[in-house]
Amino acid sequence: MKEAHTETLWFCLVAIMFAGYAVFDGFDLGAGIVHLFVARTEAERRSVLASVGPVWDGNEVWLVAGGGILFFAFPVVYASGFQGFYLPLIIVLWLLILRGIAIEFRNKVSSLVWYPLWDVVFAGASALLAIFFGAAIGNVVRGVPLDRSGFFFLPLWANLRLMPTAGILDWFTIIVALGSLAALTVHGALWVAMKTAGAVAARAHKAAEVAWWAALVITALLVIIVPLVQPHLGHRFRDAPWGFVFPLAAATGMFGMKLLSSAGRATGAFLASCLYIVGMLTSAAFGLYPYLLPSSTDPAAGLAVYNSAAATYGLTVGLYWFIPGMALVAVYFVFVYRLSAEEKIPH
Amino acid sequence: MDALTVHRLHFAFTAVFHYLFPQLTMGLALLLVILKTQALRTGKECYNHAARFWGRIFGINFAMGVVTGIPMEFQFGTNWALFSRASGGVIGQTLAMEGVFSFFLESSFLGAFLFGERRLGPRLHWLSAFLVFLGAWLSGFFIIATNAWMQHPVGYQLLPDGRFALASFWALLLNQWAWWQYMHTMTASVVTASVVMAALGAFYLLTRQHLEYGRMFVAMGVTAGLIASCILIFPTGDVQGRNIAYDQPATLAAMEGLFTNERGAPLMLVGQPNMSEKKLDNPIYLPRLLSFLTYRRWKAEVKGLDAFPEDRWPDNIPLLYFAYHIMAGLGTIFVAVLALAAYMLWRGRLYDTPLLLWALMLLAPFPYIATTAGWLTAEVGRQPWVVYGLMRTAVGSSVEVSAGNAMFTLIGFAGMYSLLAVLFLFLLYLEVQRGPEAAAEEHGAANGSGSALAAD
Repeated sequence: MKEAHTETLWFCLVAIMFAGYAVFDGFDLGAGIVHLFVARTEAERRSVLASVGPVWDGNEVWLVAGGGILFFAFPVVYASGFQGFYLPLIIVLWLLILRGIAIEFRNKVSSLVWYPLWDVVFAGASALLAIFFGAAIGNVVRGVPLDRSGFFFLPLWANLRLMPTAGILDWFTIIVALGSLAALTVHGALWVAMKTAGAVAARAHKAAEVAWWAALVITALLVIIVPLVQPHLGHRFRDAPWGFVFPLAAATGMFGMKLLSSAGRATGAFLASCLYIVGMLTSAAFGLYPYLLPSSTDPAAGLAVYNSAAATYGLTVGLYWFIPGMALVAVYFVFVYRLSAEEKIPH
Repeated sequence: MDALTVHRLHFAFTAVFHYLFPQLTMGLALLLVILKTQALRTGKECYNHAARFWGRIFGINFAMGVVTGIPMEFQFGTNWALFSRASGGVIGQTLAMEGVFSFFLESSFLGAFLFGERRLGPRLHWLSAFLVFLGAWLSGFFIIATNAWMQHPVGYQLLPDGRFALASFWALLLNQWAWWQYMHTMTASVVTASVVMAALGAFYLLTRQHLEYGRMFVAMGVTAGLIASCILIFPTGDVQGRNIAYDQPATLAAMEGLFTNERGAPLMLVGQPNMSEKKLDNPIYLPRLLSFLTYRRWKAEVKGLDAFPEDRWPDNIPLLYFAYHIMAGLGTIFVAVLALAAYMLWRGRLYDTPLLLWALMLLAPFPYIATTAGWLTAEVGRQPWVVYGLMRTAVGSSVEVSAGNAMFTLIGFAGMYSLLAVLFLFLLYLEVQRGPEAAAEEHGAANGSGSALAAD
């Protein structure tokens, strides 16, 4: 492997963009998953929606920008992955459409058939998106049947076994998908608990407690099976043990949110959940490096930082606009979140 | 239908539908800044009510633009993998910059603009309107810069594996094709927003409701629309036409329906391309005008289609020809109607001239038709290339995605977008029915209860 410092830096930046997406859009996806259960009356539903209404769109931009950064830095991965995951990606698009419409248009008409319709769409699309994103991570970790052409195509499912005969959904990716569902349920419930008051906050607190156990069990299961499904990951942690800071961060977040949540520290618990999500995703990214998309059939055909990046000039130029650009984004986010965080949402 | 055709229809359908929304929001963002500026300058609350009303319409359009826009970025990879693989090293640059510099800005401050007026106060609220405008117009630039590279590739080098690499960042951003296409596109979106504003004002006046706002919308829409539609023709449309003549000469010949080389070529106003006999049926034309417009000389030679091998001709010449003529014809009509309305406005008689108000009201759909035709001209005109002169469309699509899979998702998009269109029109109708005064009352109510956030 030749030295690839700029490419490695962009690998980290891509990981940061998607981790940012998971943390930010993760809580509004989670809020969507839990809102049918934690908010029963119209006023309660409105209070949950108001907690995500002004920010969900900015959160979703992390996905669009992350996709853009992947396209820019690793066009070969973008082309191969987006074509190979054609059907699930298009279904994700449909779900994103339905969900965005549900949030934006729900309160436009006052009617007893209008509200429940969009509430169910919001909840269903949010839950399915959490599942699809988890399955996507599972596919990337497991690897896909890339050959030397650099391309592949996967059906949605075949027989639920592992590669090479399975599809996007096999037993492993389904476990990761359920883990994602549990993690984002906790994340969203903690957000709602932090942003609302009264009965909604109490129910959200309870939902987070329950989903936390599911997240814990699945996380523990993944720690055991991931190195078996993707041996490269085990080798990486053995060769570079400093990488254990990432799983350690995830574990700190996992138990931190339980302790803080039990102690009634809603904001602390939510931040611990952010740490857990970032820890899990960075652990996966660290474990896969140098691969962005490993091959399950021919290790040498995997797409890695050294065979799928854009040329160095473009990557270097990119740093000059990306760093100030993201510094500006940080300023916007601080401004917008402070603007909407001045008071607990009444209902 | 073969897979390539389905992929092309897929992108064409989703792109045309998507662009119905950003063209209004980009233009309206400018008009919102003008309304907020007027409110600050004059201190009149009616401008704030108008901004709130158009802000709600902006919000509905923005939501539609966002949800239909994300599929555009995804489709580069899902349906055009070979094109993305080859050119991601160049156009990934502008697409990623759009995400970082415009989408975050626009979405953050739109939330502040729609939900935070009470807390922000008048000056910061003006600023959030301005930042939404800035985000929207930056977004337009990065997308046009991407498209302009496909129309007129610059600042790249070809790598041994067939991919393109960026060779000059500034050449990509300063591509002169991009700047003229950008100004042409943005003035067109100002025309759309202005005509929609004037049309709604005319509707209010004709139905005798919200008269104060009706007059405000007509005056502002007609004024902004006239200025923008003039810039649309000259200089932006004029330069853009000459860019095509120099850089895509076969495209110009097809757009104009010019089958043979001619000195003193005429400008065709009407006529139908007859592809089997390679001539224009039923022509009505202005002699020598095309030569003058293109080269500023009445007798200059303009190359006809016969000067180029047929495998370099755009592959759907009648569609290109009609798209271009519809765009240019409608642009001329906009200038005529808006100039007449502006004259009557200046004479103080526009509000009492029902015929002209009717014309303004009925004008509303036509900017959408003109911009759609304009994009068809650009995209069909670029064929048979996906990157002009460098990569053919036929070798750019996702070869692993079968026609059946692509057809499945095309039908899915068609169904979902049909439902979205119905929903959109329904919600727009409700906003128009509620009118600007309802926006004013609600703002007062929100102030009273102390929660602008929950008011949504």
